[in-house]
Amino acid sequence: MSSDGAGPDRSSRPVLASLSVGDSIGTRTVGVDRARLIRYAGASGDFNPIHWNERFATEVGLPGVIAQGMWTMGAAISLVSDWAGDPGAVIDYQARFTRPVPVPDPGVAVVEVAGVVGALDPGTGTARVDLTVTCAGTRVLTRSQAFVRLSPR
Amino acid sequence: MAVNHAFMGREYPPTSVYEVGREKIREFAEAVGATHPAHVDRAAAIALGHPDVIAPPTFAVVVAQRAEQQLVADPAAGIDFSRVVHADERFTHHRPIFAGMRLSTVLHVDSITERAGMAMVTTRAEIITADDGAPVATVVSTIVVRAEAEPGA
Repeated sequence: MSSDGAGPDRSSRPVLASLSVGDSIGTRTVGVDRARLIRYAGASGDFNPIHWNERFATEVGLPGVIAQGMWTMGAAISLVSDWAGDPGAVIDYQARFTRPVPVPDPGVAVVEVAGVVGALDPGTGTARVDLTVTCAGTRVLTRSQAFVRLSPR
Repeated sequence: MAVNHAFMGREYPPTSVYEVGREKIREFAEAVGATHPAHVDRAAAIALGHPDVIAPPTFAVVVAQRAEQQLVADPAAGIDFSRVVHADERFTHHRPIFAGMRLSTVLHVDSITERAGMAMVTTRAEIITADDGAPVATVVSTIVVRAEAEPGA
């Protein structure tokens, strides 16, 4: 899998006082191939054949094998974990699976992730990060938000 | 067969214990491309104040999915898995999940609704520590069971 982008520097963790709504937290590009889906199936225990069996996927009306929505969701949040400097700071994370990510064979589907600060709540010490997650120009996750606990300053 | 609405509001007894393994966390982190060292390097996790390596934010799905099987795999519930698509997912972490934790899950069936022949089933998995019942994570998941194709359609 490839993973690159304008990732944050892990040595400097963000603090609430220095953030503004609309700030970018960075971007990430993640590639996913069929082997990646099988790896995720094994790691997660989700063995639904629509994620690894072309015949089964087409029989149930899909264009072909698609990525697990939970894989996409898991891949997207690592941008936030790295930005926060501690994956344990992500206290809430949700997404709606709007469009499937078809994974070709041979080949790689490319998922683009971008995050911006959507809200700041000094009372609870949290920032809301809104993620835009696309594949081939189409949003595949919507209402994709994470709440991150950060130091006040 | 239609989804059985009588399951709405059901609460299942706590599941058998799931023990979080260090290598399972590593395997899951690698599958989703979570590269933060706190997932694989115990010293890095301890430096952040965690007792051991911590799981990525979506790892709780591994635990929640086992509990959801009580409903999904029950023939009486009438959920045809070949027609299921995942609609949305939300994780609320009350504390990070770390290696060595012993977890149990109480599954709730919060809602079953039908619209245009499609059934939407929302479950809530309350993940707790097996030994003292302290809250660890709440995982809310909605699946859509697509309508069966009309004969001749």
